[in-house]
Amino acid sequence: MKEIVNLPVSKPEEEEYHINMGPQHPSTHGVLRLLVSLQGEIVKNLKPHCGYIHRGIEKMCEKDTYPQIIHLTDRMDYLSSHINNHAVCLLVEKALEIEVPERVQYIRTIMDELTRIQSHQLWWASFGMDLGGLTCFFYGLRDREMILDIWEETTGSRFLQSYNCPGGVMQDIHPNFQKKVHVFLKTFKKKIKDYEKILSGNVIFEQRSKGVGMLTKEDAISYGITGPSGRGSAWSCDIRKTEPYSMYSKVHFNEVLRYECDSYSRYMVRMQEMYESMNIIEQLIDNIPAGDYAARMKAVIKLPAGEYYQRVESARGELGVYVVSDGNKTPYRMKFRTPSFTNLSVLDHLSRDMKIADLVAIGGSLDLVIPDIDR
Amino acid sequence: MNSFFKYFSDIFHGVKSLLIGMSVTGRYFFSPGQIVTQQYPENRKDLQMFERFKGEVILIHDANNQHRCNGCGICENNCPNGSIEIISARVPGEDGKPKRIIDKHIYHLGMCTFCGLCVKNCPSNALGFSQEFEHAVFDRSKLNKVLNKPGSSIIKGVE
Ligand code: SF4
Ligand code: SF4
Repeated sequence: MKEIVNLPVSKPEEEEYHINMGPQHPSTHGVLRLLVSLQGEIVKNLKPHCGYIHRGIEKMCEKDTYPQIIHLTDRMDYLSSHINNHAVCLLVEKALEIEVPERVQYIRTIMDELTRIQSHQLWWASFGMDLGGLTCFFYGLRDREMILDIWEETTGSRFLQSYNCPGGVMQDIHPNFQKKVHVFLKTFKKKIKDYEKILSGNVIFEQRSKGVGMLTKEDAISYGITGPSGRGSAWSCDIRKTEPYSMYSKVHFNEVLRYECDSYSRYMVRMQEMYESMNIIEQLIDNIPAGDYAARMKAVIKLPAGEYYQRVESARGELGVYVVSDGNKTPYRMKFRTPSFTNLSVLDHLSRDMKIADLVAIGGSLDLVIPDIDR
Repeated sequence: MNSFFKYFSDIFHGVKSLLIGMSVTGRYFFSPGQIVTQQYPENRKDLQMFERFKGEVILIHDANNQHRCNGCGICENNCPNGSIEIISARVPGEDGKPKRIIDKHIYHLGMCTFCGLCVKNCPSNALGFSQEFEHAVFDRSKLNKVLNKPGSSIIKGVE
């Protein structure tokens, strides 16, 4: 008779195993693969694998002239395309020491804030959907449609507008622009109340987001989490306040800060930012001064040799554009510091020892845009 | 005792918050006019795009099949991704000197990113955007178009 040997068997609940979340997972909103190590349901470790939608935009910029670069920046963070355009234009104008007409500054600021609102609307829609509220998705998209229509009428495109150009904007605002923005503000002020009724106070939503993904202020600073995600941890990091550009030094608005540091507080920051953006637009929309919609530029734009850096506040955080110029009409090296890439780095830290279902809530509350990570 | 009350008040608040949310969805359910945006493709016949809408690049022809393009190639140089190819030809002009005319203005719709630089930079305003947006075709070679129509010529006095 053979003796039965008792092999040491590890208990199943202690075993670590890996699953791939993505690259085609609906809650990553794009092609991002998260390699998650799990123990039971608990996330032990998380490794993001980027590169599925890498297009080499920085390298492509090296062969494009400055006006041509604009259309590539649209395609990084496609939800704040206008703000990305704006950053490159500001950089070129700073390097050439060009003063753009005041009308342009008004138009750009209004467009930036419209961009921020529609980006937050879509984020609200998809965040609600991630946490099980499919209704949110339809409501968010419906209201966003109004902004897209305003853009379509003025810029010709709904999504990737390429509306800015160095020195100004491509064409003047449409005669209906102001009227339509007023209609939008009036409508959306009512609709955003629906948003709060459906999601903000909802018991399921609160339980899934409150206390989930705690990010202390120290961690936010050391990971470099900017934008609404950083402000949800009480870090005052709004570039519109710290380094104002365009009209931001002349309008009154509050930097929204929350102190709870969890997913719910990041949610509330974005909700309140929509109110602040509407507030900014209201201050500007009736006072757009007459004048040119673009400054006179040379046919071929060459930046003087040197290094230039420009920061703007995009809908997800700080966007930095860095250019090394050797005096030619194309940059020698172009580098974008995109907010989503930096914000992705904290996902591992936030989701450790949380349930895998919380990972979806945490990822949604960071508002990652995948082409912005890979660019 | 306290936790006992809390238990029931939590249930009460939870149910209340759900009912508040459902009051919104219920309102839209009974008045669908507020939520429906557009009934495409049913409204295809009377769908009007905005006049500035960037559907595809066209070379504007007038009623006499004449356009304003002289084949200078500036649009080709301005295009960031090589969507435009200009093939120009030389023909004897009225004064006997050779004159440059456009032979083929080739446009690759499949590569165009609708940045609008070609339209903006054309010195004789020959280009424009059409409102066409249903671009789907079965074969991608159909996306390569020749923009100057057969037999077209340049408007006199533009060059
Ligand atoms: S379309 Fe305009 S820019 Fe292009 S070749 Fe003709 S004239 Fe020149
Ligand atoms: S719109 Fe832009 S990408 Fe398209 S053909 Fe014109 S220049 Fe090229």
